[in-house]
Amino acid sequence: MALLITLGATAAFLVVLIFAVKARTEFFKNLDRRWIFLLMLVAVAVPVYVIGKTKETFPEKALPKAQAVFDVIEELSEGDKVLLAFDFDPGSEGELGPMATTFVYHCATKKLKMYFIALWPIGRQMIDDNIAKIIEPDFPQMVYGEDYMNLGFKAGNEGVINVIVTDIKQLYTTDAYGTDIAAIPMMEGIDSIQKMDLIINVSAGYPGTKEWVQYAVTPFPHDIRMVAGCTGVQAPLLYPYMPQQLPGLLAAIKGASEYESLVINKYGGDDISGKYLEAQRRMGPQLVAHVLMVLLIIAGNVIFFTERKREARS
Amino acid sequence: MSRETTIWLIVFLIGAVMLFGRAMFTEHGMARMYVEESPREFVDLGDEDKSDWVSMDEVPEDVEVSAIPADRRVSWTSQKTSNYGEFVQQPAGGNIQFSLARSIGVWLAALFTLFVLSFLIKDNPLYKVAESVFVGISAAYWMVVAFWDQIVPNLIGKLSPTFVRNWAMPGLGEDARQELIYLIPLVLGMMLLWRLSPKGGWISRWPMAFFIGTFCGLRLIRFLQADFLTQIRNSIDPLYVTEGGVFDVWASLANIILLIGVLSCLVYFFFSFEHKGIVGRIAKLGIWFLMITFGAGFGYTVMGRIALLAIRLEFLFDDWLWLIDPTDKRLGI
Repeated sequence: MALLITLGATAAFLVVLIFAVKARTEFFKNLDRRWIFLLMLVAVAVPVYVIGKTKETFPEKALPKAQAVFDVIEELSEGDKVLLAFDFDPGSEGELGPMATTFVYHCATKKLKMYFIALWPIGRQMIDDNIAKIIEPDFPQMVYGEDYMNLGFKAGNEGVINVIVTDIKQLYTTDAYGTDIAAIPMMEGIDSIQKMDLIINVSAGYPGTKEWVQYAVTPFPHDIRMVAGCTGVQAPLLYPYMPQQLPGLLAAIKGASEYESLVINKYGGDDISGKYLEAQRRMGPQLVAHVLMVLLIIAGNVIFFTERKREARS
Repeated sequence: MSRETTIWLIVFLIGAVMLFGRAMFTEHGMARMYVEESPREFVDLGDEDKSDWVSMDEVPEDVEVSAIPADRRVSWTSQKTSNYGEFVQQPAGGNIQFSLARSIGVWLAALFTLFVLSFLIKDNPLYKVAESVFVGISAAYWMVVAFWDQIVPNLIGKLSPTFVRNWAMPGLGEDARQELIYLIPLVLGMMLLWRLSPKGGWISRWPMAFFIGTFCGLRLIRFLQADFLTQIRNSIDPLYVTEGGVFDVWASLANIILLIGVLSCLVYFFFSFEHKGIVGRIAKLGIWFLMITFGAGFGYTVMGRIALLAIRLEFLFDDWLWLIDPTDKRLGI
């Protein structure tokens, strides 16, 4: 019944919209684009405010790609080694921050050994932020150097991957804080990233997931396994690598939200902090903004066809 | 003053008055940052040849700390991000304090966010200021990070490990040996900088040629392996898929669509035949596949941009204006 009412109301609204646009074609055709910007701002701001106040989020159902990422990490056992490559910066934190947070939370909950690395200069800051936000307050029993460590940033893009895939100590003599890596217990026996049980990459562009696939996964398909999370812009370019070269991929905030719901449903409990629900919170603005865009596309098409019909008549 | 300018001036004035009111006349204020301060003190228990810095908490009982000279002791106060909720809940004499510097940082971040968004109205000096500051800071940050994370440990540290250990990185391993082969990248780097010289700019072309040649060789091999050969192999999928002995309709359909898509797109890019008749129709199908792909890419891009707008608005509402508190940093204020 509710579905019928919703469909009926939507259809009625669309009819009214189409008639309104047809009646005022000239007005809508010459509408200042800044009104559209304002509409979009309101469409995003209102849900951000309402969800921020109520803390209610939309239910999320995981699709196969996010489920695959979750399953690959679930297959790991306590003490397995995971390389977390944070190749992003504040410019893409809106999309990638939530998935990075969930990756760290998932790995920490499963007691995996985390090796952080960054190929982007500000990636190191992103690593420090996640350590300060998740590991230090919520997993105080984890010890730096035994349970997690930060290798920091190295310049050189895919050149770095090409070296560490066979010899990590050639580039990394110390960790991000200047400690000799030979003195760090969890680096014992790690001579290359082939010793990692899984690579998790959070990628905002170049260098990122594509380079990790090209330089690490493809040459060593039996030794290196990787899952990734990426920005929406990159996602269509990475789909061809799935599933052979890339078993799982979180595409943009939607993928992050699906993965977040899987992790939180299994490990979060009832009293989960809002910092672990960032992606699901951001799906509210997505919904309203996308509805607005669909309406604008319909309005634009109505104007186009009305104009064409009018020109044909004249 | 034009009508538009007057309207914007009024909007800005109303906004400024509301901000001032919220910051000054509400009980909790807004955009206030708090830090937890903790004192740190280290002493050097090593000898003249080798330092051994130890935290004051870990100094053995038999060591008389007061006897250690001042130049072998160092102390500072570290700051950890805290929040208003922890500040009001802390016991008397707690270490959590208001941080003026970080609060100014939040204000700057908020104002620069608004400056950048103001470009949507029209190009303006505030946007240009934000853009210039961002570019300048990014370049400077890049340079500093590259120097300390790359040049110091991986170049100077390889050429003169003892010097780097004493100067900047006491954690550099004792077993680090001098590797003179790193003189080659040093010389190449210096040749590259010759570009800045008024004369002899051609010298920089040699290292540039070396870098480009190496990069091309590396990329070519990896591209062929990962994006050409492996992709061909990945595209060869069975058209009749069974799962546990049962025919899997959707997997089979997906593989058939993949095959049709690959072939039709290849036909579209095959220009040795004129796109007429059956070839033209297949090429047209290829265009449909390409358009759907571009549409999906564009849709993802839009989703990304909305997510970026959402995080900026969340920052403005949460950290700056204190209108929402999704992570319970301020006890729900």
